[in-house]
Amino acid sequence: MSVGILGTKLGMTQIFDEEGRSIPVTVVQAGPCAVTQIKTKETDGYTAVQVAYGSTREKLLTKPALGHLKKSGTAPMRHLREYRLADVSEFELGQGLAADLFSEGQLVDVTGTSIGRGFAGYQKRHNFRRGPMSHGSKNHRQPGSTGAGTTPGRIYPGKKMAGRMGGVKVTVRKLTVVRVDAERNVLLIKGAVPGKAGTLLNIRPATIVGQS
Amino acid sequence: MHAQELIRSIEAEHLKEKLPEVYVGDTVRIGVRIREGNKERTQPYEGTVIAKRHGGINETITVRRVFQGVGVERVFLLHSPRVADIKIMRRGKVRRAKLYYLRDRVGKATRIKQRFDRSL
Repeated sequence: MSVGILGTKLGMTQIFDEEGRSIPVTVVQAGPCAVTQIKTKETDGYTAVQVAYGSTREKLLTKPALGHLKKSGTAPMRHLREYRLADVSEFELGQGLAADLFSEGQLVDVTGTSIGRGFAGYQKRHNFRRGPMSHGSKNHRQPGSTGAGTTPGRIYPGKKMAGRMGGVKVTVRKLTVVRVDAERNVLLIKGAVPGKAGTLLNIRPATIVGQS
Repeated sequence: MHAQELIRSIEAEHLKEKLPEVYVGDTVRIGVRIREGNKERTQPYEGTVIAKRHGGINETITVRRVFQGVGVERVFLLHSPRVADIKIMRRGKVRRAKLYYLRDRVGKATRIKQRFDRSL
């Protein structure tokens, strides 16, 4: 468990490495963030730091939210997230977090909201195969059988069917940080991250199974 | 800085400043950097540009040549460091953006008329 950072997906491009290979990268605005609350065992029952991101206008926030931010002396920020930590002694209220939290070559987990696809059919949502489109077939994009008949006489729960797709929280694990631009608070992360450009991302050092 | 400006500025570091203007139908000679063990050398590859795709840092050209009776097509990422240099040998006059019809032709039928109004 270690502290991460909040950011915005800006878009994708590609860059070249020393070998001349082209690397697909996602450009992420990471921070600046501010520590707004430190939760301790005594006061909250667990230890964590709360981080704010996304400067906004004062009138867009509620008075309780402004009051909460005022305690740490941070400017109005839109998003608050919490990182549970074993040790919070090194953090203080109002402390800034920036992209230089990460280093080049580090592995990170990126969480965000995936692109919403609305009410999607069987092919798009569950990768079902398509039926014949012609030669008298009327089974174009139909689901096929959904189960047995009189016994059990119902469709089992969890049967894959059409429905809302996307727009859910998705984590992409173990992506490599290709470059850190501390001046502009920009991270270049190899590969794709959830959502469209402009989406809020949560970037943390990768949790690797077997390592605390 | 807006997102697109920022992405452009990141790409700008990797763009080549001097690239010759390549058109579809041109005959080009491309120096390809290849690595053998620790040694690096450039290998020329010559052929006709039959397609151009994408723009900016993703810009590619497809170069076709017939080698020992076998058609070979290679796609080059123009801004890649592996493409050492591009030399235009001949400007061609064509009426298509994609010359995929050349794949179905052999010998004399694959000739492309030369044009002289564009400098080499």
